[in-house]
Amino acid sequence: MKSIFTLAALVVLEALRTRFFVVIIILLALGFGLAMFVGQIAIIENVAYQSSLLAAFLRLSAVYVVTLFVITSMVHEFHNHAIYLWLSMPLQRSTYLIGKFSGFALIAAITALLFGAMLLSYVPYQQVGLWTISLFCELLIMTALSLLCVLTFHQIVQAFSVVVGFYILARSITAIQLMAQGPLLNTQSWADQIINFFITSLAMLLPNLDHFTQSKWLVYQTGIFDHLLEIIVQTIVYIILLITMSLFDIYRKNL
Amino acid sequence: MIEQQRSWHSVPKMVIISLFLSIGLQILWHHQLPSPQLPIKTLAEPPPLELLHLLSFGDPIVTAKMLMLWLQAYDNQAGQFLSYQQLDYIALQKWLEQILHIDPNSQYPLLVASHIYSNVADTNRQRIMLEFVYQEFFKDPQHRWPWLAHATVLAKHRLKDLPLALKYAKAIATHSNSQMPRWAQEMRIFILEDMGELEQARLVIGGMLATGQITEQNEIQFLNEKLQALEKKLASPMTNSE
Repeated sequence: MKSIFTLAALVVLEALRTRFFVVIIILLALGFGLAMFVGQIAIIENVAYQSSLLAAFLRLSAVYVVTLFVITSMVHEFHNHAIYLWLSMPLQRSTYLIGKFSGFALIAAITALLFGAMLLSYVPYQQVGLWTISLFCELLIMTALSLLCVLTFHQIVQAFSVVVGFYILARSITAIQLMAQGPLLNTQSWADQIINFFITSLAMLLPNLDHFTQSKWLVYQTGIFDHLLEIIVQTIVYIILLITMSLFDIYRKNL
Repeated sequence: MIEQQRSWHSVPKMVIISLFLSIGLQILWHHQLPSPQLPIKTLAEPPPLELLHLLSFGDPIVTAKMLMLWLQAYDNQAGQFLSYQQLDYIALQKWLEQILHIDPNSQYPLLVASHIYSNVADTNRQRIMLEFVYQEFFKDPQHRWPWLAHATVLAKHRLKDLPLALKYAKAIATHSNSQMPRWAQEMRIFILEDMGELEQARLVIGGMLATGQITEQNEIQFLNEKLQALEKKLASPMTNSE
Protein backbone atom coordinates (compact mmCIF):
# COMPACT_ATOMS: atom_id res chain seq x y z
CA MET A 1 0.00 0.00 0.00
CA LYS A 2 2.84 2.36 0.87
CA SER A 3 4.39 1.76 -2.56
CA ILE A 4 1.13 2.73 -4.22
CA PHE A 5 1.07 6.04 -2.31
CA THR A 6 4.73 6.67 -3.17
CA LEU A 7 4.12 6.05 -6.87
CA ALA A 8 1.00 8.22 -6.83
CA ALA A 9 2.85 11.04 -5.06
CA LEU A 10 5.64 10.84 -7.64
CA VAL A 11 3.12 11.22 -10.47
CA VAL A 12 1.72 14.38 -8.82
CA LEU A 13 5.26 15.67 -8.32
CA GLU A 14 5.98 15.05 -11.99
CA ALA A 15 2.84 17.00 -12.93
CA LEU A 16 4.08 19.93 -10.87
CA ARG A 17 7.59 19.76 -12.33
CA THR A 18 6.38 19.56 -15.93
CA ARG A 19 4.10 22.57 -15.29
CA PHE A 20 0.95 20.58 -15.99
CA PHE A 21 -1.10 22.93 -13.81
CA VAL A 22 0.15 25.97 -15.72
CA VAL A 23 -1.59 24.47 -18.75
CA ILE A 24 -4.73 24.01 -16.66
CA ILE A 25 -4.62 27.67 -15.57
CA ILE A 26 -4.12 28.79 -19.19
CA LEU A 27 -7.12 26.67 -20.23
CA LEU A 28 -9.19 28.22 -17.44
CA ALA A 29 -8.21 31.69 -18.67
CA LEU A 30 -9.12 30.74 -22.26
CA GLY A 31 -12.43 29.34 -21.02
CA PHE A 32 -13.14 32.57 -19.17
CA GLY A 33 -12.42 34.56 -22.34
CA LEU A 34 -14.68 32.27 -24.38
CA ALA A 35 -17.51 32.65 -21.86
CA MET A 36 -17.17 36.45 -21.93
CA PHE A 37 -17.19 36.48 -25.73
CA VAL A 38 -20.27 34.23 -25.94
CA GLY A 39 -22.00 36.40 -23.33
CA GLN A 40 -21.45 39.40 -25.59
CA ILE A 41 -22.85 37.86 -28.78
CA ALA A 42 -25.85 35.96 -27.38
CA ILE A 43 -29.06 38.00 -27.42
CA ILE A 44 -31.01 35.99 -24.84
CA GLU A 45 -30.25 32.91 -22.71
CA ASN A 46 -26.76 34.33 -22.13
CA VAL A 47 -26.05 32.14 -19.11
CA ALA A 48 -27.26 29.01 -20.94
CA TYR A 49 -24.99 29.77 -23.89
CA GLN A 50 -22.03 30.66 -21.71
CA SER A 51 -22.32 27.62 -19.43
CA SER A 52 -22.92 25.09 -22.22
CA LEU A 53 -20.07 26.25 -24.46
CA LEU A 54 -17.70 26.74 -21.54
CA ALA A 55 -18.55 23.26 -20.22
CA ALA A 56 -17.95 21.69 -23.64
CA PHE A 57 -14.62 23.50 -23.95
CA LEU A 58 -13.52 22.49 -20.45
CA ARG A 59 -14.60 18.87 -20.92
CA LEU A 60 -12.68 18.43 -24.17
CA SER A 61 -9.66 20.28 -22.76
CA ALA A 62 -9.67 18.09 -19.65
CA VAL A 63 -9.75 14.89 -21.69
CA TYR A 64 -7.03 16.24 -23.98
CA VAL A 65 -4.55 17.36 -21.30
CA VAL A 66 -5.06 14.45 -18.92
CA THR A 67 -4.73 11.73 -21.56
CA LEU A 68 -1.73 13.45 -23.12
CA PHE A 69 -0.11 13.77 -19.70
CA VAL A 70 -0.64 10.06 -18.95
CA ILE A 71 0.78 9.01 -22.31
CA THR A 72 3.82 11.32 -22.30
CA SER A 73 4.61 10.53 -18.67
CA MET A 74 4.59 6.77 -19.33
CA VAL A 75 6.56 7.09 -22.58
CA HIS A 76 9.11 9.15 -20.67
CA GLU A 77 9.22 6.38 -18.04
CA PHE A 78 10.00 3.82 -20.75
CA HIS A 79 12.64 6.02 -22.39
CA ASN A 80 14.56 6.86 -19.21
CA HIS A 81 14.24 3.24 -18.06
CA ALA A 82 12.60 4.26 -14.78
CA ILE A 83 10.09 1.45 -15.26
CA TYR A 84 12.93 -1.10 -15.28
CA LEU A 85 14.29 0.43 -12.08
CA TRP A 86 10.89 0.16 -10.37
CA LEU A 87 10.34 -3.40 -11.48
CA SER A 88 13.84 -4.44 -10.32
CA MET A 89 12.72 -3.59 -6.77
CA PRO A 90 10.67 -5.97 -4.63
CA LEU A 91 7.51 -4.55 -6.12
CA GLN A 92 4.73 -6.43 -7.80
CA ARG A 93 3.84 -5.34 -11.32
CA SER A 94 0.23 -4.89 -10.23
CA THR A 95 1.35 -2.54 -7.43
CA TYR A 96 3.34 -0.49 -9.95
CA LEU A 97 0.35 -0.19 -12.29
CA ILE A 98 -2.16 0.61 -9.53
CA GLY A 99 0.24 3.18 -8.06
CA LYS A 100 0.67 4.90 -11.40
CA PHE A 101 -3.07 4.80 -12.06
CA SER A 102 -3.78 6.27 -8.59
CA GLY A 103 -1.44 9.18 -9.31
CA PHE A 104 -3.06 9.86 -12.66
CA ALA A 105 -6.50 9.57 -11.03
CA LEU A 106 -5.46 12.23 -8.53
CA ILE A 107 -4.42 14.52 -11.38
CA ALA A 108 -7.79 13.85 -13.05
CA ALA A 109 -9.60 14.70 -9.79
CA ILE A 110 -7.75 18.01 -9.38
CA THR A 111 -8.41 18.91 -13.02
CA ALA A 112 -12.13 18.08 -12.72
CA LEU A 113 -12.42 20.09 -9.50
CA LEU A 114 -10.70 23.17 -10.95
CA PHE A 115 -12.79 23.05 -14.14
CA GLY A 116 -15.99 22.45 -12.17
CA ALA A 117 -15.24 25.42 -9.90
CA MET A 118 -15.10 27.67 -12.96
CA LEU A 119 -18.72 26.82 -13.80
CA LEU A 120 -19.97 27.85 -10.36
CA SER A 121 -20.30 31.44 -11.50
CA TYR A 122 -22.96 30.41 -14.02
CA VAL A 123 -24.76 27.32 -12.67
CA PRO A 124 -26.15 26.20 -9.25
CA TYR A 125 -23.68 24.16 -7.23
CA GLN A 126 -25.77 20.94 -7.24
CA GLN A 127 -25.64 20.66 -11.02
CA VAL A 128 -21.99 21.70 -11.10
CA GLY A 129 -21.26 18.99 -8.51
CA LEU A 130 -22.98 16.39 -10.69
CA TRP A 131 -21.12 17.61 -13.76
CA THR A 132 -17.75 17.60 -11.94
CA ILE A 133 -18.17 14.05 -10.60
CA SER A 134 -19.24 12.91 -14.05
CA LEU A 135 -16.21 14.62 -15.63
CA PHE A 136 -13.98 12.91 -13.09
CA CYS A 137 -15.50 9.52 -14.00
CA GLU A 138 -14.99 10.28 -17.71
CA LEU A 139 -11.38 11.25 -17.05
CA LEU A 140 -10.83 8.07 -15.01
CA ILE A 141 -11.95 5.91 -17.92
CA MET A 142 -9.78 7.88 -20.34
CA THR A 143 -6.82 7.67 -17.95
CA ALA A 144 -7.15 3.90 -17.65
CA LEU A 145 -7.46 3.63 -21.44
CA SER A 146 -4.40 5.84 -22.00
CA LEU A 147 -2.42 3.66 -19.60
CA LEU A 148 -3.46 0.54 -21.51
CA CYS A 149 -2.65 2.10 -24.89
CA VAL A 150 0.77 3.35 -23.81
CA LEU A 151 1.65 -0.04 -22.34
CA THR A 152 0.64 -1.64 -25.62
CA PHE A 153 2.16 0.79 -28.13
CA HIS A 154 4.98 2.55 -26.21
CA GLN A 155 4.70 5.47 -28.68
CA ILE A 156 2.92 8.79 -28.22
CA VAL A 157 1.40 9.07 -31.72
CA GLN A 158 -0.08 5.57 -31.82
CA ALA A 159 -1.34 5.62 -28.23
CA PHE A 160 -2.89 9.09 -28.48
CA SER A 161 -4.52 8.30 -31.84
CA VAL A 162 -6.20 5.23 -30.37
CA VAL A 163 -7.35 7.21 -27.33
CA VAL A 164 -8.86 9.99 -29.51
CA GLY A 165 -10.53 7.43 -31.78
CA PHE A 166 -11.96 5.59 -28.78
CA TYR A 167 -13.30 8.82 -27.26
CA ILE A 168 -15.02 9.95 -30.45
CA LEU A 169 -16.51 6.50 -30.98
CA ALA A 170 -17.70 6.11 -27.38
CA ARG A 171 -19.37 9.54 -27.52
CA SER A 172 -21.13 8.92 -30.82
CA ILE A 173 -21.89 5.19 -30.74
CA THR A 174 -25.53 5.77 -29.68
CA ALA A 175 -26.08 8.12 -32.64
CA ILE A 176 -24.41 5.57 -34.96
CA GLN A 177 -26.67 2.84 -33.59
CA LEU A 178 -29.77 4.98 -34.14
CA MET A 179 -28.67 5.75 -37.70
CA ALA A 180 -28.07 2.07 -38.42
CA GLN A 181 -31.52 1.18 -37.07
CA GLY A 182 -33.23 3.97 -39.04
CA PRO A 183 -36.14 3.06 -41.32
CA LEU A 184 -34.20 3.84 -44.53
CA LEU A 185 -31.39 1.45 -43.77
CA ASN A 186 -33.38 -1.22 -42.01
CA THR A 187 -33.37 -3.77 -44.80
CA GLN A 188 -32.80 -7.48 -44.45
CA SER A 189 -29.80 -7.74 -46.78
CA TRP A 190 -26.71 -9.61 -45.60
CA ALA A 191 -24.53 -6.51 -45.74
CA ASP A 192 -26.94 -4.53 -43.54
CA GLN A 193 -27.23 -7.36 -41.05
CA ILE A 194 -23.44 -7.67 -40.80
CA ILE A 195 -23.05 -3.88 -40.33
CA ASN A 196 -25.80 -3.86 -37.71
CA PHE A 197 -24.21 -6.77 -35.89
CA PHE A 198 -20.81 -5.03 -35.98
CA ILE A 199 -22.24 -1.75 -34.62
CA THR A 200 -24.22 -3.54 -31.90
CA SER A 201 -21.11 -5.49 -30.86
CA LEU A 202 -19.05 -2.29 -30.82
CA ALA A 203 -21.67 -0.54 -28.69
CA MET A 204 -21.59 -3.48 -26.28
CA LEU A 205 -17.85 -3.10 -25.79
CA LEU A 206 -17.74 0.68 -25.45
CA PRO A 207 -18.72 2.72 -22.38
CA ASN A 208 -21.74 4.95 -23.00
CA LEU A 209 -19.78 8.18 -22.66
CA ASP A 210 -22.59 10.14 -24.31
CA HIS A 211 -24.48 9.84 -21.01
CA PHE A 212 -21.55 11.42 -19.15
CA THR A 213 -20.98 15.11 -18.37
CA GLN A 214 -24.10 16.40 -20.11
CA SER A 215 -24.38 20.11 -20.86
CA LYS A 216 -28.15 19.95 -20.45
CA TRP A 217 -27.68 19.45 -16.70
CA LEU A 218 -26.03 22.86 -16.57
CA VAL A 219 -28.34 24.60 -19.02
CA TYR A 220 -31.72 23.23 -17.93
CA GLN A 221 -30.77 21.92 -14.45
CA THR A 222 -32.05 18.45 -15.28
CA GLY A 223 -29.31 16.42 -13.62
CA ILE A 224 -30.49 14.01 -10.94
CA PHE A 225 -28.80 11.51 -8.63
CA ASP A 226 -29.96 8.56 -10.78
CA HIS A 227 -27.80 9.85 -13.64
CA LEU A 228 -24.80 9.86 -11.35
CA LEU A 229 -25.51 6.34 -10.15
CA GLU A 230 -25.56 5.05 -13.73
CA ILE A 231 -22.31 6.89 -14.50
CA ILE A 232 -20.51 5.61 -11.40
CA VAL A 233 -21.54 1.99 -12.07
CA GLN A 234 -20.42 2.29 -15.71
CA THR A 235 -17.10 3.82 -14.61
CA ILE A 236 -16.39 1.08 -12.07
CA VAL A 237 -17.22 -1.68 -14.55
CA TYR A 238 -15.12 -0.19 -17.33
CA ILE A 239 -12.14 0.73 -15.16
CA ILE A 240 -11.98 -2.83 -13.81
CA LEU A 241 -11.99 -4.06 -17.42
CA LEU A 242 -9.27 -1.64 -18.57
CA ILE A 243 -7.03 -2.17 -15.53
CA THR A 244 -7.37 -5.94 -15.92
CA MET A 245 -6.38 -5.64 -19.57
CA SER A 246 -3.40 -3.46 -18.61
CA LEU A 247 -2.37 -5.97 -15.94
CA PHE A 248 -2.63 -8.78 -18.48
CA ASP A 249 -0.40 -6.76 -20.79
CA ILE A 250 2.19 -5.71 -18.21
CA TYR A 251 2.51 -9.26 -16.79
CA ARG A 252 3.16 -10.62 -20.26
CA LYS A 253 5.77 -7.98 -21.07
CA ASN A 254 9.37 -9.05 -20.96
CA LEU A 255 10.58 -6.11 -18.88
CA MET B 1 13.79 21.43 -13.66
CA ILE B 2 16.18 24.37 -14.17
CA GLU B 3 17.83 24.26 -17.57
CA GLN B 4 21.16 26.07 -17.81
CA GLN B 5 21.49 28.04 -21.02
CA ARG B 6 24.57 29.56 -22.54
CA SER B 7 24.79 33.30 -23.22
CA TRP B 8 23.25 34.49 -26.52
CA HIS B 9 26.76 35.63 -27.46
CA SER B 10 27.55 31.97 -28.14
CA VAL B 11 25.01 31.91 -31.00
CA PRO B 12 26.80 32.41 -34.34
CA LYS B 13 26.18 35.84 -35.87
CA MET B 14 24.96 34.23 -39.08
CA VAL B 15 22.16 32.51 -37.16
CA ILE B 16 21.05 35.79 -35.54
CA ILE B 17 21.17 37.63 -38.89
CA SER B 18 19.27 34.78 -40.51
CA LEU B 19 16.64 34.92 -37.74
CA PHE B 20 15.97 38.65 -38.23
CA LEU B 21 16.07 38.29 -42.02
CA SER B 22 13.59 35.44 -42.02
CA ILE B 23 11.19 37.40 -39.77
CA GLY B 24 11.51 40.41 -42.11
CA LEU B 25 10.94 38.20 -45.15
CA GLN B 26 7.85 36.68 -43.59
CA ILE B 27 6.43 40.17 -42.85
CA LEU B 28 7.25 41.34 -46.42
CA TRP B 29 5.67 38.23 -47.90
CA HIS B 30 2.54 38.77 -45.84
CA HIS B 31 2.25 42.41 -46.99
CA GLN B 32 2.48 41.59 -50.69
CA LEU B 33 -0.39 39.08 -50.42
CA PRO B 34 -3.80 40.37 -51.59
CA SER B 35 -6.17 41.24 -48.75
CA PRO B 36 -8.32 38.22 -47.86
CA GLN B 37 -11.60 38.17 -49.69
CA LEU B 38 -14.22 35.52 -49.65
CA PRO B 39 -17.15 35.32 -52.04
CA ILE B 40 -20.47 35.61 -50.24
CA LYS B 41 -21.77 32.13 -49.64
CA THR B 42 -25.43 31.33 -49.82
CA LEU B 43 -26.96 29.56 -46.86
CA ALA B 44 -27.02 25.86 -47.62
CA GLU B 45 -29.69 23.45 -46.43
CA PRO B 46 -29.01 21.99 -42.97
CA PRO B 47 -27.73 18.41 -42.68
CA PRO B 48 -30.18 15.69 -41.62
CA LEU B 49 -31.03 15.43 -37.93
CA GLU B 50 -29.27 12.06 -37.58
CA LEU B 51 -26.02 13.54 -38.88
CA LEU B 52 -26.30 16.46 -36.48
CA HIS B 53 -26.77 14.01 -33.60
CA LEU B 54 -23.75 12.03 -34.77
CA LEU B 55 -21.60 15.17 -34.97
CA SER B 56 -22.75 16.23 -31.50
CA PHE B 57 -20.62 13.49 -29.91
CA GLY B 58 -23.33 12.84 -27.36
CA ASP B 59 -23.91 16.46 -26.38
CA PRO B 60 -26.58 17.91 -28.71
CA ILE B 61 -27.23 20.98 -26.53
CA VAL B 62 -23.75 22.35 -27.23
CA THR B 63 -24.14 21.66 -30.96
CA ALA B 64 -27.47 23.51 -30.97
CA LYS B 65 -25.96 26.52 -29.18
CA MET B 66 -22.95 26.63 -31.52
CA LEU B 67 -25.13 26.31 -34.63
CA MET B 68 -27.42 29.07 -33.37
CA LEU B 69 -24.52 31.49 -32.86
CA TRP B 70 -23.08 30.54 -36.25
CA LEU B 71 -26.44 31.12 -37.94
CA GLN B 72 -26.88 34.43 -36.14
CA ALA B 73 -23.50 35.57 -37.45
CA TYR B 74 -24.14 34.30 -40.99
CA ASP B 75 -25.12 37.73 -42.28
CA ASN B 76 -21.63 38.98 -41.42
CA GLN B 77 -19.25 37.19 -43.79
CA ALA B 78 -15.57 38.16 -43.88
CA GLY B 79 -16.33 41.71 -42.83
CA GLN B 80 -19.19 42.09 -45.32
CA PHE B 81 -22.69 42.57 -43.96
CA LEU B 82 -25.43 40.85 -45.89
CA SER B 83 -28.91 42.24 -45.91
CA TYR B 84 -31.58 39.80 -44.84
CA GLN B 85 -32.98 39.98 -48.37
CA GLN B 86 -29.86 38.15 -49.54
CA LEU B 87 -30.53 35.26 -47.19
CA ASP B 88 -32.37 32.17 -48.34
CA TYR B 89 -35.28 32.18 -45.87
CA ILE B 90 -36.39 28.63 -46.72
CA ALA B 91 -32.96 27.30 -45.74
CA LEU B 92 -32.92 29.64 -42.74
CA GLN B 93 -36.24 28.26 -41.54
CA LYS B 94 -34.95 24.69 -41.91
CA TRP B 95 -31.85 25.54 -39.88
CA LEU B 96 -33.98 27.07 -37.13
CA GLU B 97 -36.21 23.97 -37.14
CA GLN B 98 -33.23 21.63 -36.82
CA ILE B 99 -31.74 23.68 -33.98
CA LEU B 100 -35.07 23.62 -32.18
CA HIS B 101 -35.31 19.86 -32.75
CA ILE B 102 -32.00 19.16 -31.04
CA ASP B 103 -32.57 21.69 -28.26
CA PRO B 104 -36.36 21.96 -27.82
CA ASN B 105 -36.16 23.91 -24.54
CA SER B 106 -34.29 26.80 -26.13
CA GLN B 107 -36.29 29.92 -27.00
CA TYR B 108 -33.46 31.46 -29.03
CA PRO B 109 -34.51 30.25 -32.54
CA LEU B 110 -38.02 31.60 -31.94
CA LEU B 111 -36.67 34.91 -30.71
CA VAL B 112 -34.49 35.42 -33.79
CA ALA B 113 -37.34 34.34 -36.09
CA SER B 114 -39.95 36.64 -34.55
CA HIS B 115 -37.79 39.65 -33.61
CA ILE B 116 -34.79 39.67 -35.93
CA TYR B 117 -35.32 37.80 -39.20
CA SER B 118 -38.91 39.07 -39.44
CA ASN B 119 -37.50 42.60 -39.74
CA VAL B 120 -36.73 42.02 -43.42
CA ALA B 121 -38.30 44.39 -45.95
CA ASP B 122 -39.97 41.58 -47.86
CA THR B 123 -43.42 40.38 -46.88
CA ASN B 124 -42.88 36.85 -48.24
CA ARG B 125 -39.82 36.41 -46.06
CA GLN B 126 -41.64 37.92 -43.09
CA ARG B 127 -44.48 35.45 -43.58
CA ILE B 128 -42.03 32.50 -43.68
CA MET B 129 -40.68 33.49 -40.28
CA LEU B 130 -44.09 34.14 -38.75
CA GLU B 131 -45.39 30.82 -40.05
CA PHE B 132 -42.35 29.08 -38.54
CA VAL B 133 -43.16 30.62 -35.14
CA TYR B 134 -46.82 29.61 -35.54
CA GLN B 135 -45.99 25.99 -36.42
CA GLU B 136 -43.48 25.63 -33.59
CA PHE B 137 -45.85 27.23 -31.04
CA PHE B 138 -48.04 24.11 -30.91
CA LYS B 139 -45.14 21.92 -29.72
CA ASP B 140 -44.81 23.86 -26.45
CA PRO B 141 -47.52 26.55 -26.13
CA GLN B 142 -46.80 27.13 -22.44
CA HIS B 143 -43.32 28.53 -23.13
CA ARG B 144 -43.57 29.67 -26.74
CA TRP B 145 -46.64 31.92 -26.59
CA PRO B 146 -44.65 35.23 -26.27
CA TRP B 147 -43.13 34.69 -29.71
CA LEU B 148 -46.51 33.99 -31.30
CA ALA B 149 -47.94 37.03 -29.52
CA HIS B 150 -45.21 39.13 -31.14
CA ALA B 151 -45.95 37.45 -34.48
CA THR B 152 -49.61 38.46 -34.04
CA VAL B 153 -48.60 42.09 -33.54
CA LEU B 154 -46.37 41.96 -36.62
CA ALA B 155 -49.11 40.37 -38.73
CA LYS B 156 -51.56 43.05 -37.62
CA HIS B 157 -49.42 46.18 -37.79
CA ARG B 158 -46.64 45.43 -40.26
CA LEU B 159 -48.24 42.99 -42.68
CA LYS B 160 -51.69 44.57 -42.17
CA ASP B 161 -53.04 41.04 -42.53
CA LEU B 162 -55.83 40.90 -39.97
CA PRO B 163 -57.06 37.35 -40.81
CA LEU B 164 -53.49 36.09 -40.28
CA ALA B 165 -53.21 38.00 -36.99
CA LEU B 166 -56.56 36.54 -35.93
CA LYS B 167 -55.33 33.01 -36.75
CA TYR B 168 -52.32 33.51 -34.46
CA ALA B 169 -54.36 35.19 -31.71
CA LYS B 170 -56.90 32.36 -31.80
CA ALA B 171 -54.11 29.79 -31.44
CA ILE B 172 -52.85 31.60 -28.33
CA ALA B 173 -56.34 31.81 -26.85
CA THR B 174 -57.06 28.14 -27.59
CA HIS B 175 -53.86 27.02 -25.84
CA SER B 176 -54.05 29.47 -22.96
CA ASN B 177 -52.93 28.52 -19.47
CA SER B 178 -52.96 30.12 -16.05
CA GLN B 179 -49.46 31.59 -16.47
CA MET B 180 -50.35 33.37 -19.69
CA PRO B 181 -51.29 37.04 -19.18
CA ARG B 182 -54.83 38.12 -20.03
CA TRP B 183 -53.75 40.56 -22.72
CA ALA B 184 -52.36 37.67 -24.77
CA GLN B 185 -55.68 35.85 -24.61
CA GLU B 186 -57.67 39.01 -25.34
CA MET B 187 -55.75 39.93 -28.49
CA ARG B 188 -58.32 38.27 -30.70
CA ILE B 189 -61.06 40.61 -29.37
CA PHE B 190 -59.26 43.70 -30.64
CA ILE B 191 -58.39 42.06 -33.95
CA LEU B 192 -62.03 41.04 -34.44
CA GLU B 193 -63.06 44.61 -33.62
CA ASP B 194 -60.55 45.98 -36.17
CA MET B 195 -61.93 43.55 -38.74
CA GLY B 196 -65.42 44.85 -38.10
CA GLU B 197 -66.51 41.50 -36.68
CA LEU B 198 -68.24 43.15 -33.74
CA GLU B 199 -70.73 40.37 -33.13
CA GLN B 200 -67.97 37.79 -32.92
CA ALA B 201 -65.93 40.03 -30.60
CA ARG B 202 -68.99 40.46 -28.39
CA LEU B 203 -69.48 36.68 -28.29
CA VAL B 204 -65.84 36.11 -27.33
CA ILE B 205 -66.05 38.58 -24.43
CA GLY B 206 -69.40 37.19 -23.35
CA GLY B 207 -67.96 33.68 -23.41
CA MET B 208 -64.94 34.73 -21.34
CA LEU B 209 -67.14 36.37 -18.72
CA ALA B 210 -69.68 33.55 -18.65
CA THR B 211 -67.17 30.75 -18.11
CA GLY B 212 -65.87 32.46 -14.98
CA GLN B 213 -62.24 32.04 -16.05
CA ILE B 214 -61.62 35.70 -15.15
CA THR B 215 -61.59 36.40 -11.45
CA GLU B 216 -59.82 39.74 -11.24
CA GLN B 217 -62.29 42.60 -10.66
CA ASN B 218 -60.47 45.15 -12.82
CA GLU B 219 -60.34 42.68 -15.68
CA ILE B 220 -64.06 41.90 -15.36
CA GLN B 221 -64.85 45.61 -15.28
CA PHE B 222 -62.68 46.28 -18.35
CA LEU B 223 -64.32 43.48 -20.34
CA ASN B 224 -67.80 44.60 -19.26
CA GLU B 225 -67.04 48.12 -20.47
CA LYS B 226 -65.69 46.72 -23.72
CA LEU B 227 -68.82 44.57 -24.09
CA GLN B 228 -71.07 47.58 -23.52
CA ALA B 229 -69.11 49.63 -26.06
CA LEU B 230 -69.43 46.86 -28.63
CA GLU B 231 -73.15 46.49 -27.97
CA LYS B 232 -73.54 50.24 -28.39
CA LYS B 233 -71.66 50.08 -31.71
CA LEU B 234 -73.83 47.17 -32.85
CA ALA B 235 -77.02 48.99 -31.84
CA SER B 236 -76.10 52.06 -33.91
CA PRO B 237 -74.89 50.74 -37.26
CA MET B 238 -74.78 54.27 -38.69
CA THR B 239 -72.16 55.32 -36.15
CA ASN B 240 -70.33 52.08 -36.74
CA SER B 241 -70.19 52.59 -40.47
CA GLU B 242 -68.92 56.13 -39.99
